[in-house]
Amino acid sequence: MNREIVFRQKFEIQGGDFSRGGEVSCEVKNLLKELGLPAPSVRRAAIASYEAEMNVIMYAEHGVLDLSATPLKIRIVIEDSGPGIEDIELAMNEGYSTATPEMRELGFGAGMGLSNIKKNTDELEITSEIGKGTRLTMVVLTERHQP
Amino acid sequence: MLTLREMLVLVKGELLTPGLDLEAGCSKVFASDLMSDVLSFSEPGSTLITGLVNAHVVRTACLVDAMGIIVVQGKRPNAAVVDEAAAKKLPIIATGCSMFEACWRISGNLPDGMR
Repeated sequence: MNREIVFRQKFEIQGGDFSRGGEVSCEVKNLLKELGLPAPSVRRAAIASYEAEMNVIMYAEHGVLDLSATPLKIRIVIEDSGPGIEDIELAMNEGYSTATPEMRELGFGAGMGLSNIKKNTDELEITSEIGKGTRLTMVVLTERHQP
Repeated sequence: MLTLREMLVLVKGELLTPGLDLEAGCSKVFASDLMSDVLSFSEPGSTLITGLVNAHVVRTACLVDAMGIIVVQGKRPNAAVVDEAAAKKLPIIATGCSMFEACWRISGNLPDGMR
């Protein structure tokens, strides 16, 4: 089986643009579906992507989502320029949130984002620098869902 | 197992996205106004019942592989949101029922263990 990257695309995410929040992840999902990857893996990657995309929109100034896929692995890297995460361990706790009322009115900000990303990925690496930004590397393995 | 068409009748709803397929069977319902919870806990193939009407509801439903959306409490999403749902082939049903009543009407007709 071909283990080389068969697909790669980058997307821009504009911080603060709530009206377009989620559009990139919908596109990511459509592209992964078109590649014929297993539906459960595509769903997990799309959910992780959406949570991370909304974090960029809610907290950062700008972000870039870098999607790559092989038949066995979906890799999504989201790097933003923004305030960074002061305490990653604390932010990973379910229920911990620094969301504003505007975010909560849209149905977000329950403090589930990072923990849900962890749940929906097989590998997750978060690095952050205060005042500079955050980088999430998320990997969803497709192998276990293949027949 | 219920179809969206049967749910439409049960909640005395109005289909806002005419022309979309309502005949697929659905055995699970997830009711919430918190999209974070929908993303965290809903199962693929569920129908989403919510009181929110913004575009994020459509995008969230699409990303979690929901079968359709039932908007409660007499609320109506604007035309842009309905158009986006139609483009994503995601039916939206609007009903005057409260979330509790919509859940009650539907769950009473789902087999046990599939609510």
